[in-house]
Amino acid sequence: MATTADPVIGVLALQGDFREHVAALKAIGARSALVRRPDDLQSVDALIVPGGESTTMWKLATTAEMFEPVRKRIADGMPAFGTCAGMIMLADRITDAAAGQQTFGGLPITVRRNAFGRQTESFEEPIAFDGIGELAGVFIRAPWVESVEDGVEVLARVTSGPAIGRIVAVRQGNLLATSFHPELTADRRIHEFFVAMVHDRGSA
Amino acid sequence: MSVNETSSQAPELGTARVKRGMAEMLKGGVIMDVVTPDQARIAEDAGAVAVMALERVPADIRKDGGVARMSDPDMVDGIIEAVSIPVMAKARIGHFVEAQVLQALGVDYIDESEVLTPADETHHIDKWEFTVPFVCGATNLGEALRRIAEGAAMIRSKGEAGTGNVVEATRHMRQLRADIKRLTTLDSSELFLAAKNHQAPYELVKEVAGTGKLPVVLFTAGGIATPADAAMMMQLGAEGVFVGSGIFKSGDPEKRAKAIVEATTHYDDADLIAKVSRNLGEAIVGINLDTLPAEQRYASRGW
Repeated sequence: MATTADPVIGVLALQGDFREHVAALKAIGARSALVRRPDDLQSVDALIVPGGESTTMWKLATTAEMFEPVRKRIADGMPAFGTCAGMIMLADRITDAAAGQQTFGGLPITVRRNAFGRQTESFEEPIAFDGIGELAGVFIRAPWVESVEDGVEVLARVTSGPAIGRIVAVRQGNLLATSFHPELTADRRIHEFFVAMVHDRGSA
Repeated sequence: MSVNETSSQAPELGTARVKRGMAEMLKGGVIMDVVTPDQARIAEDAGAVAVMALERVPADIRKDGGVARMSDPDMVDGIIEAVSIPVMAKARIGHFVEAQVLQALGVDYIDESEVLTPADETHHIDKWEFTVPFVCGATNLGEALRRIAEGAAMIRSKGEAGTGNVVEATRHMRQLRADIKRLTTLDSSELFLAAKNHQAPYELVKEVAGTGKLPVVLFTAGGIATPADAAMMMQLGAEGVFVGSGIFKSGDPEKRAKAIVEATTHYDDADLIAKVSRNLGEAIVGINLDTLPAEQRYASRGW
């Protein structure tokens, strides 16, 4: 069970499937909190940026005066984990962005939005995740990682189909990102992996 | 299997999980009706999570009368080209060929919608046949579960589209919520009768009784015109909002669209809703439901 000594994992709750991330954290006994306002950010030790629509999240983060505070916390070393739109929000650069679209950044990678195509191309596929093993990859109008700079660990690639070999999970230091949605499955190993990263923060 | 290995298993397209999951990604967001690429761009700039491409907004369909059908493919293409967010489009109830066309055009979600003139008075579309996901309207739990049994991956309360009057959306959200709450109080022997009464598959009734929620995402629609309307629907349990005529039939669509997006996210923050509700210009004029004859009510289309 979680104790007050355990870190609080915030989940950015502006838009998207943030409740599924909270449920995943609860299932593994981690402490969690919804983050919707700058005040909420101060009481968390880490942040999950959920799946959703990245342009909407960017706009809502800006109007809620959350954009700069989140960007700064990440730059200062707060652990963060992004899924799908969350991966886009953690990337330093995006291609196929909406006009003027900005990200929190932190991961020195280039991410392509809607890279696999439209919703009719959305798919499921088993993914080999480095250090975890095989798990179900649920890809929904997903981005992929077009390129990574030195020092970024590639944790998973697409294993079949037309996008074979594309990078779909990365980590650098305290930041983790996946193109797919572990929160939509009952498999909690990636959330456990992230919570372990949060416990080890600073030493990374 | 290591990170660089390949698999012989092909990617599986259009699974129930990716169809329902797409709706999960829209949660907490606003989906806006648009009839031109320019309107689509205004919606995207305002923070819409998706746009609904259609030929006429419901208020104009009411005014013009006649048969309302799927949009011209050129118009759908133009909107797909104009924005990077998901694009939905409407097919007539039961018109599976309109749905096939919309899937071929690459729309991201199909709304089998009572706002258009129904093409089949007996059957809805068999939505399992498609890789594109469907959203359908419902006025109560039985109707929602019948649509889910046919393959709908998302439900919206119907409300009464094109009226600018939230009263029917309220009625349908409260009905859905009450139906679900009641199911959770029944014991297992009572669920068979509940399934019969709701005219819905027993397995789905049992699932809802166990989880206390629909197996798919529930949005609201039909008559939402103000930020406060959107926030009320969210407080009543909607997971997101469709706004049809309410935006582009108002005095200042850009400002109203942004305000409704913010009120949907911060639906429990009255100070913020007050702030975004100021000086929005004129809202859609609206129609009182007691002056709307039964044959002009869209919510009674579909069964």
